[in-house]
Amino acid sequence: MRSLSTPLIVIGVAALVASIALLLAGHNPLSAFSAMLDNLSSADNLVTVLNYASRYYVMGVAVAFGFKMNLFNIGTNGQYQVAALFAGALGGWLRLPGPINLILILMVAVGVGSLWAVIPGVLMVSRKVNIVVGTIMMNGIAAGLIGYLLRTNFRDVNDRLTAHTPTIPENSHIPQLNSVLKLIGIHLPDTTSLHGFFVIAVVAGIMFYVVVYRSRFGFDLLASGRNANAARVSGVHPKTMVIRTMALSGGLAGLAGMSVLLCQQFEYGDRFPLQLGFAGISVALLGRNSPIGIAFSATAMAAIEQGSRGLVTANIPQEIGQIVQGTLLVVAVIMYELANRRNQTRMIKESALAMTVETSTS
Amino acid sequence: MSMFRELLNRSRSMVGMTSLIAGLGVMSVLSLARIFAHAPDLTSSGTFGGAIGLATPVAMAGIAGLVSERAGVVNIGLQGMMVLGTWGGGYFGWHYGPWGALLGGAAFGALGGALHALNTIQFGVDHAISGVAINLLAPGVARFLSSIFFQGVDGGSLTDSPPVGNLGKLTMPFLAGGRIGSFSTPDIFGYLERRQIFLISDISGLCGGFLRDIATETVMLLSLIPLAAFVLWKTPFGLRLRSSGEKPSAADSLGVNVVGIRWIALITSGSIAGLGGAWLVINIGKYQQGQEGLRGFLGLASVIFGNWKPFGVFLGALLFQFTESLRMQLGDDPSRGFVFAVAIGLALFAAFQLFRKSKKVGLALIPASVLLFVYILNVDRVDDKLSSTFPFLITLLVLVFSSSRLRPPASIGLPWSRGKDS
Repeated sequence: MRSLSTPLIVIGVAALVASIALLLAGHNPLSAFSAMLDNLSSADNLVTVLNYASRYYVMGVAVAFGFKMNLFNIGTNGQYQVAALFAGALGGWLRLPGPINLILILMVAVGVGSLWAVIPGVLMVSRKVNIVVGTIMMNGIAAGLIGYLLRTNFRDVNDRLTAHTPTIPENSHIPQLNSVLKLIGIHLPDTTSLHGFFVIAVVAGIMFYVVVYRSRFGFDLLASGRNANAARVSGVHPKTMVIRTMALSGGLAGLAGMSVLLCQQFEYGDRFPLQLGFAGISVALLGRNSPIGIAFSATAMAAIEQGSRGLVTANIPQEIGQIVQGTLLVVAVIMYELANRRNQTRMIKESALAMTVETSTS
Repeated sequence: MSMFRELLNRSRSMVGMTSLIAGLGVMSVLSLARIFAHAPDLTSSGTFGGAIGLATPVAMAGIAGLVSERAGVVNIGLQGMMVLGTWGGGYFGWHYGPWGALLGGAAFGALGGALHALNTIQFGVDHAISGVAINLLAPGVARFLSSIFFQGVDGGSLTDSPPVGNLGKLTMPFLAGGRIGSFSTPDIFGYLERRQIFLISDISGLCGGFLRDIATETVMLLSLIPLAAFVLWKTPFGLRLRSSGEKPSAADSLGVNVVGIRWIALITSGSIAGLGGAWLVINIGKYQQGQEGLRGFLGLASVIFGNWKPFGVFLGALLFQFTESLRMQLGDDPSRGFVFAVAIGLALFAAFQLFRKSKKVGLALIPASVLLFVYILNVDRVDDKLSSTFPFLITLLVLVFSSSRLRPPASIGLPWSRGKDS
């Protein structure tokens, strides 16, 4: 019960803030929310929500891996964009038969993403460079490097107007799932498709659960996160843990970008989402870094995004969606912090009680 | 006691002496590069003047970060506070002109600072997480407000505000040829700069850049840097603020209101970042979505580069924006000359490390300087995207090679609440 009340309060406060903002702007909040819900009721919009949610989910898992051992990887934004650029350049150039293309592109994306994350990891363990600062600097370097490569070596020379990598041929796309859905009786209109990336997101979620809660590595990870010194004394090598965790986190960030590259846009360019990596941070925080929680928060973020597109018809600025997302995040981090504190006080009280009972019986 | 004071004075003048020699060294390398690369614009007053202007918003973000971090709160939300500042600057500038833009930018930035204070001080949220949350929230707020106030207005749109006026430019009389009434004075630095003498002309270019055709808002905001240095190091309030960042429990035991000081520091920090945003609005002439670029993060980098000191932060900002200014000069692109100078400097530093200090560092830097020489001999002009990575690269290099000389506030980023020791 206690674990459920906090998210409900978070949603309530965010809705309240959004309502106040809408009222101040002279709009009716109720009609805004109903317009948002209206826009989520059709099948093709729900599919779009699922598509966005799976991309947010993988990015959220990428950030959560770091958080599990108290590593704040702010660099997912740079990691995913550099990975997508290299994967896009390779995909536009490769002409190998069948699915080999696709596998190679995915491998490059994961590899480049984890390499970009491992650099600040190495600087942290060898030169004590703070991971937050290191990953922010890598984001800045990524932005410049991408701009340069997109204009020079990786540019599609046939398009003189906009800068993007060459278009990826169809046999390297991640196949869509419409035909699979048809087998179980769901018929989607031709205009929409459930991205195959949905399966990757599910697999990533299961992998996240197994690795963190059911493996030796996960045990070491959680131990280092809760008490780094205790973990080190019991034989966990902290430096290797940092490198491995950053590699995993960056690799997943690189993978998340493939949802845009191989399911939607098929080229890396200026139209690529600029903030996906940062969105992953808020998804991970909202979902409290748990595999199920992130699934909920990723779906919520995607639903708000898609729902607010429906506000245009009600003549309400759709930017309110961004305010709801931002407020959700701010309120959530405050509420979770308060809940943490309450838990800690309760635990201290309980252990104190247990100690008095123990001493009185002996 | 008197001996102690004398020692202190001597060490202070030593610091002044070393930085003077270092400054002359840097100018000599630049001067050599100007002569060898035939790039007179490399050290012209136009280049320096441009760099000082461009450095202003970055330096403001940096000073904002400095104030907050000196009080013990990491401020990654600078970027978001700057975004709020640009919107406030655009809205109030549209209604009340450029002065209104400055006030509005400061007020809106302060709102971001207050939110950060609420999160980190009152609720104990992790500083970096709160900062990221503000960075994510601010663009949404700005866009929502634009959709209400700017969209559909004459000259405005979802991404742009109607135009904001400017404040005009200032030139120093006698030294840089400013006018007193209708009387024009001689331009001493300009004369020296045109003679193309080794070192003398380059220094005159630097001085001319500071004194000629400098925007009023630039002068106003840059004067905050010595002000910040004075308040933080010469007043009781500054001592309390810094001690809140070094050892809050000790400060608290001496009666310092740490919570109150940190609130003031964060609201000030937000408003300074907001002023940086307002500078951009006045400089471009209107609010434009995304006009802040990566300047908030550049400010963060300049705090580290400047070793948590106001003038260091300014030097960092100036260095980071120097290439940007070089690219904007007319005629031949002098940024090649700059990279040439950096390559010379790096090679000298590598040799120094190799023979005097650490062999490892020297060996690591030699390939880097060779790479730079190869690059500069093979290109006609330096790519602006590539040069935009330079500030972040150099900050990483500083962190890697001289982290032992950096001295961040001791309790930076740690949660603190009264009664719990940290």
